[in-house]
Amino acid sequence: MNPTSIPLSAEQKFQTIVGPDHVRPATSADSVMAAQPKLIVEPGTEKELAEALRLSNEAGLAVIPRGGGTKLAWGNPPSRADLVLSTARLNQIIEHAWADLTVTVEAGCTIQKLQQTLAQHGQRLALDALWPEKATVGGILSTNESGALRLRFGALRDLIIGVTIALPDGTLASSGGKVVKNVAGYDLPKLITGALGTLGIITRASFRLHPLPLNTRTFSVAASDVEQAQKFVLAVQDSKLAHTSLQSRFCDENSPVSEILFEGTIAGLAAQEKQLRTLAAPANVVEASASIWASRESLWSFSDPETTAMAKFSILPTAMTRTIESLGQIARGQKVCWKAVHFATGLGHIRLKGEPGALHAALELLRKDLEGHSSSLVLLHHPAKMLPLDAWGSPGDSLPLMKSVKHRLDPANTLNPGRFLAGI
Amino acid sequence: MLPDKPMMNPSILHELRAIVGERGLISSPEELHTYECDGLTNFRVMPRAVLLPASAEQVQAIVRLCYREKIPFVARGSGTGLSGGALPVENGIVISLARMNRILEVDFPNARAVVEPGVINLDVTARIQHNDYFYAPDPSSQSVCSIGGNVAENSGGAHCLKYGFTTTHVLGLEVVLPDGEMVHLGGKTLDTPGYDLAGVFVGSEGTLGIATKIILRIVKRPECIRTLLAAFPSTNEAGAAVSGIIAAGMLPAAIEMMDNLAIQAAEAAVHPNYPNCGGLLLVELDGPVAEVEALMTHVDEICRSNGAWEIRVAQSDAERALVWKGRKSAFAAVGRISPNYIVQDGVIPRTALPQVMSEIDRLSQENGLRVANVFHAGDGNLHPLVLYDRRIPGQEEAALALSYKILELCIAAGGSITGEHGVGEEKKSMMSKMFAEPDLNTMHLVRCAFDPLQLSNPTKVFPTPRLCGETPGEYIPHPLETAGIAERF
Repeated sequence: MNPTSIPLSAEQKFQTIVGPDHVRPATSADSVMAAQPKLIVEPGTEKELAEALRLSNEAGLAVIPRGGGTKLAWGNPPSRADLVLSTARLNQIIEHAWADLTVTVEAGCTIQKLQQTLAQHGQRLALDALWPEKATVGGILSTNESGALRLRFGALRDLIIGVTIALPDGTLASSGGKVVKNVAGYDLPKLITGALGTLGIITRASFRLHPLPLNTRTFSVAASDVEQAQKFVLAVQDSKLAHTSLQSRFCDENSPVSEILFEGTIAGLAAQEKQLRTLAAPANVVEASASIWASRESLWSFSDPETTAMAKFSILPTAMTRTIESLGQIARGQKVCWKAVHFATGLGHIRLKGEPGALHAALELLRKDLEGHSSSLVLLHHPAKMLPLDAWGSPGDSLPLMKSVKHRLDPANTLNPGRFLAGI
Repeated sequence: MLPDKPMMNPSILHELRAIVGERGLISSPEELHTYECDGLTNFRVMPRAVLLPASAEQVQAIVRLCYREKIPFVARGSGTGLSGGALPVENGIVISLARMNRILEVDFPNARAVVEPGVINLDVTARIQHNDYFYAPDPSSQSVCSIGGNVAENSGGAHCLKYGFTTTHVLGLEVVLPDGEMVHLGGKTLDTPGYDLAGVFVGSEGTLGIATKIILRIVKRPECIRTLLAAFPSTNEAGAAVSGIIAAGMLPAAIEMMDNLAIQAAEAAVHPNYPNCGGLLLVELDGPVAEVEALMTHVDEICRSNGAWEIRVAQSDAERALVWKGRKSAFAAVGRISPNYIVQDGVIPRTALPQVMSEIDRLSQENGLRVANVFHAGDGNLHPLVLYDRRIPGQEEAALALSYKILELCIAAGGSITGEHGVGEEKKSMMSKMFAEPDLNTMHLVRCAFDPLQLSNPTKVFPTPRLCGETPGEYIPHPLETAGIAERF
């Protein structure tokens, strides 16, 4: 990594902007993969953040935006990392307009704090993000986080209604707004969602909200094999059930289990249970605890990061059998253990366990297999000692356009350089 | 004025004809008149030619030629847009996608359909309803408007309260960029790695390129649909009932509101047999029968406790269809009670409804112009219809000014100038009231990434001409610049 240090004069300027207490040297704990930045800057306002970003850009310093730091290892290692711009102090809920079912919140606010505030009026941001106690609004947006609730409520792109971002030239730009329905101007909230902080730093966002459910019930449905699980999932999707979530869990040891979540009135839930039991073999349906919806997060509770890899995959819902069977074959061939959670949206998460060399081979084979079927595999964690493997996979024919967008918004390549697709 | 030089010389016309064939080219002035405006009829510009390509390859060939010759182009679907998005530009051509109207693929197990841009919105549902699926976005013009136009405008409709907008239902796009390159944005699977450019393209009003294929999400029909009509003394009580429904934690499929003038118009046009009242609410719930019935009882109670004096539930599909026909034909129906009208679609936070309504009332009286109101009440999307008579000198100008004042009320209330019709030509001057310069400049950077020469529907959306600063490669002056209208910055 680039060993140059930050000139003292620049450090003093950062202190002038954010106050001397909010600039400190980085430690190894602040490293992003192998890259250790030199300075942590914690602005207290949007304007301070924009000003600090402008100064970094002018000084040619590479900036790593950081929220709760829970997903900093997602994406490729940065090609340069001089400065962490932290949103930790931008943590306020600006306005919960509960009667309008909207909220405007600063980027550094944790998901847990946000959800607790919304719950006071019986509402929620309808998204089950990983590690809500630490993850922030800016972080889940930048990584386009989503879980089991996505099936019913959509992704963050469908929930965000407005955003303010700081650009490398110090501009603070807003787009969208505070109302649910709005087509004035370009939809930059969608552009910035999932951009991994490479186009601008999110300082605040507005979301549409949903009511908390009146009641919920979860059922588990056991299957003898992957094909039976696939049949069940497709039958549910083609039925009149109004389920909120639907997931299937697979691993190299046990037969698959699917779970389905219903939300609604007591009478509505009872009727749906009845329908579910006619749809699946009744003996296979058992009521389950809501804690099973933490299965995706549980995949991340591994003890040895040096023999573990995590990936997200995206397939067509009908490709579940094919994909899980391929995964099993590849894993057997490379002698790695595996576990996967797949949602009915076609998105899934895999954990692989094995020697770094075997993990690398398995991931490469799996990606090749998926990309050959118009699907994708994104690497989220790998052992430090594993040979390099691009986090994102093959870009499509829109790569030149993506580079052009990046170039227009961040011409000096200041933000998270090298971390995104194909070197962006 | 834009320079008149490089456009439509006979050799270019010849080249265009070679791409699309005799049938695909319109250049005679009589026929071009059809294309001089869209649904916003008080703005008119004659295009130099209209092209009707039959394939993505033909679109690409036309756009390549436009790029080479620096000819601005405007894509057009069915021409039903209400903001002038498909209004031709001076010295430009119109590319009509009407002939590209095939549904290419329907994949029920994955709930996807692939269509060409000229496919009519309602035809998608017609094709899939035998399997009990539907295409959710339902703009009032859905029997004539095209999916390509819906993509350009990010069209909504009454049911987007629950189901989301066009952008929620577009998973991927094949796009011909303004330089003639073809790219694929998004895809059949979710979260394709990279920037969400499909999300940026939808709703960009034809300024970023032309979609030639669209991957749609289709939706299984709910087990049952119930539609309730409630008559209130005024829109204020109706608005309070809407707040009550939302506060009770319900998310209906649609909540629509009409004021007395709009009810009268609908009654005169299609006789939906609405109760004659000050504020009419139409609430639709869908889902499993047991769930919907439990919630419907609750909605009924909330309406009564907020002063509803008559409540009806549509008892059959035919009754339900009639209720919706009244609502969906409301714009056209206003033609029965006024020779001319202007429709806006500002959005407000729903809670600001009583205050904004009384302001609209005041403006209406001050200006001596009637304003009919039809809203998507669940999401605060107003549709004020300003009634006027073009034959009375000065009235059209007064009506237009009044409609802009209503949009200013929306902005002041923390809302938006448009919820589903788009900015287009009509509302671009309002953009600088809603957004600050840095906001617009940032949007413009995105535009420059897609279309550095600004050939694709130029002069729309943005309030003032803006040039793309640094262009990749050789610098080519923009026509506006050579004409001395704008300076490079």
